[in-house]
Amino acid sequence: MKEILMVFLALLLAGGISSAGAQESAPPPDTGTLVVTPAPAPPAPVTNLNAKDKPNDHGAGVVVTWTPSADDVVGSTRVFGYAILRAATPEGPFLERGKVPIGEGVFEDQGSLDEVSPDYMADHVDYYYKVRVISPDTTVYADSEIFGPVQCFGQWFNTNKLPVLIFVLCFTTLAIFFITHARRGAELYIRPLAGIEAVDEAIGRATEMGRPILYVLGLGTAAEIATIASFTILGRVAKKVAEYQTGIIVPCYDPIVMTVAQETVKASYLDAGRPDAYNEDMVYFVTQSQFAYVAAVNGTMLRELPATNIYMGKFFAESLILAETGALAGSIQIAGTDEVAQIPFFVVACDYTLIGEELYAASAYLGREPVLLGSLKAQDYAKAAIMIMAVIGFVAAIVGWDWYVNLFNVPSN
Amino acid sequence: MNIFERMMSVDRRWVFLFLALVCVITYKVDFPVEVRVTEEVRKIHNFIDTLKPGDYIFVAIDYDPNSLAELHPMTYAIVEQAWRKNLKIVFTALSQNGPGMADQAIRDISDSLRLPKTYNGVTYPARDIVNGIDYIFLGYKPYPALVIAGMGQNFRLPFPTDYYGTPLDSLPMMRGIQNYNQMKCVVDISGTSGIDMWIAYGQTRYGFPLALGLTGVMAADYYPYLNSGQVFGMMGGILGAAQYEKLAQNPGNALDMMRIQLYAHMVIILFIIIGNIGFLVSRRAKNQ
Amino acid sequence: MKRQIPLALVFIFGVILIIQYFVPHEKSEWIFEFLMDWIYIIGIFALALGIWSLIRVSWDKIRLRRENWQYSVVALLGLTAMIFFGFDYFRNFFNAAGLQNFMFRHFFDYVMIPIQSTMFSLLAFFIASASYRAFRARSLLASLLLLAALIVMIRFNPYFGPLTAYLEQTASWLLNVPNLAAKRAIVIGVGLGIVATALKVILGIERAYLGKD
Repeated sequence: MKEILMVFLALLLAGGISSAGAQESAPPPDTGTLVVTPAPAPPAPVTNLNAKDKPNDHGAGVVVTWTPSADDVVGSTRVFGYAILRAATPEGPFLERGKVPIGEGVFEDQGSLDEVSPDYMADHVDYYYKVRVISPDTTVYADSEIFGPVQCFGQWFNTNKLPVLIFVLCFTTLAIFFITHARRGAELYIRPLAGIEAVDEAIGRATEMGRPILYVLGLGTAAEIATIASFTILGRVAKKVAEYQTGIIVPCYDPIVMTVAQETVKASYLDAGRPDAYNEDMVYFVTQSQFAYVAAVNGTMLRELPATNIYMGKFFAESLILAETGALAGSIQIAGTDEVAQIPFFVVACDYTLIGEELYAASAYLGREPVLLGSLKAQDYAKAAIMIMAVIGFVAAIVGWDWYVNLFNVPSN
Repeated sequence: MNIFERMMSVDRRWVFLFLALVCVITYKVDFPVEVRVTEEVRKIHNFIDTLKPGDYIFVAIDYDPNSLAELHPMTYAIVEQAWRKNLKIVFTALSQNGPGMADQAIRDISDSLRLPKTYNGVTYPARDIVNGIDYIFLGYKPYPALVIAGMGQNFRLPFPTDYYGTPLDSLPMMRGIQNYNQMKCVVDISGTSGIDMWIAYGQTRYGFPLALGLTGVMAADYYPYLNSGQVFGMMGGILGAAQYEKLAQNPGNALDMMRIQLYAHMVIILFIIIGNIGFLVSRRAKNQ
Repeated sequence: MKRQIPLALVFIFGVILIIQYFVPHEKSEWIFEFLMDWIYIIGIFALALGIWSLIRVSWDKIRLRRENWQYSVVALLGLTAMIFFGFDYFRNFFNAAGLQNFMFRHFFDYVMIPIQSTMFSLLAFFIASASYRAFRARSLLASLLLLAALIVMIRFNPYFGPLTAYLEQTASWLLNVPNLAAKRAIVIGVGLGIVATALKVILGIERAYLGKD
């Protein structure tokens, strides 16, 4: 009995050993066991984080700068970009203000001064910043040290515009000097302007032929300098027209220009002692549509057959249509515009042309008033100064004096 | 009057008639004309091409029907390229009849986007363009200088509502969009001095990348701004529009009009040569 | 007083806006925005003045049967029709329907656009006749101008074969060097003229816009 039990136990033991051995040699079954691989190391954080108020702005702007991560090198796949985070306290919560790509080390946090805007950023309030280096795996990142507090506020002077201010002050001083000089009786020479000298002759021609003068103020508004210069010339022309008892037709493109032109012509007739001859319909509004205006003026030219056409002001694509139609009608034509693109068309089709600033000089030329002549002289001296500075700049660019070129650089905000 | 004197004083009506005939014939007879692309046009195309879906651009349609022939093709080419790339566009029209031009362009281009197309090897699926999601149209306000400067602060300043009367804040596309800072670039397509205002009151003040589309006669005036970097690209007239259509592989009216323009130029040159031959021979005869 | 008040206003607001240009602060921006709103208001009133002037002049021509009074009838009919169709009668009368109105859009697309395009197309013919008349080799300078014009016109002409590349380079040089130099000079002069005239207006030296002294 004992021997049988021993054999049975031995058999059991052998079976267990063999099955255990069989288990060790077969590959382990697939049980879905979680394999944990070590997490990638976060990229190196940025260093030298700095934040300061954005200069030369109206407020609600902070410029954040940093030295890019040491892992932000060519060929590296550890850095995807940078996120800039801001909070009102060092403890947070930090909210993302923007992202910049790799290689960048500056970010402008521009908010809004509008209190109802979701982007509202108050002035004179502490803000804290940190920069997060983002890797391709968004769960892996590195935050920099927190920088702050920094406050934003609006500036009272835009230092970028200092060159402009210096120029304006210098020019104003020059103008005032020459105006004072002229008022004291100094003779200021202006070279002859053929176009303006021809105005008197043209008005005389119109009187002899018994035909009116057509004066076109251009397509500018009353705020344009060319139109303002044109009002002055219109005043002189209207006075002469009133004296010679010729007719004048002034079709206007802009309603405000029309009201000013009416006042100007009326005043000129009054000055000439012929208020009764003034008729409000001499100066009328046509339309504010460019080519509809041209069609109307062309129709007037071909019906009224004015002896003289005077175009002074701002003109655009319609300039050649006006001038050619005037040539067809057989009128003498005097033009003046500061629109550089239209000057060639007027030169080709008109008898006399005032180019660019000659239009502005016309008012001084016609009246010969000291104050006007003085400002013209100031322009001439300013141009001379610009020419000298341009020649120096030409030399500076060759020699490599960047500081000189940068003196005249006016960066935008 | 001998033949040379006649050559010198051809009645302008013959010039008009001959030019008209050549324009009509070249319009009717279809043949391709080679167009060489210039750097200033390529820069605009490449800039738009590298933008990502969801980026915003600003397109100012500042021209009237009189400049339609030159400027509409470039508007169509740029806007179609932008919408195919799923860019979002803020339109404005700072000329009096500009809203009509913009409205027509938006309708036509939206229709063309309902068909899938392949440009430069990329197939773009058909899609619907939705106001408030793909574009907004701000409309027209007078005094463009002030409007341009005002938009630099906030679009809502001159335009509290869009052209159709919807408050800007209720348009999904305008959430978080304040001013030019959120625009990748501004493209001003204009036939007037509005361009000077965009440069003076817009680009100089706010520093955004500015590209221009302008009529051929104005193009020569704006090279200074291109050279100084204030403007990064420029399309001048039909030629500029044709170059853009060629780059975008989206042939339209501009490429057709190039052949008319080419032959019209040749007619003008022919008359200039005729006039000069007559003038020189007559002068020599007089001197003798 | 009739002249003193406008002169004072021009001076005050001129100086304010000059200072505003240099001050980026929020308060300065508020002033700019405030003044901008006023300019819109003044502009709209001025537009009403202009429309009144047009109606009055046209009506007088029709009433007195002056020469070509029929054109004034067309002008008034056009003005009335566009205003009539511009209102939004179905949703809100006081809203402008503008291009969303069927008739308004049709007038715009099929009348306005063709007419304006036609006017602009006149330029092509006028350029041809003006060029024929003006580009004559009267002197050395005129001959140079003629040559430059011809080169720029034919620079993109593909029919000149191997010459096209040289023509293009020459035309680019002409546009980017002498043309640019001359234009920059004119622009600088114009810029100075604008500053001087603006200064004269602000200081009250230039008063032509005010009328009689």
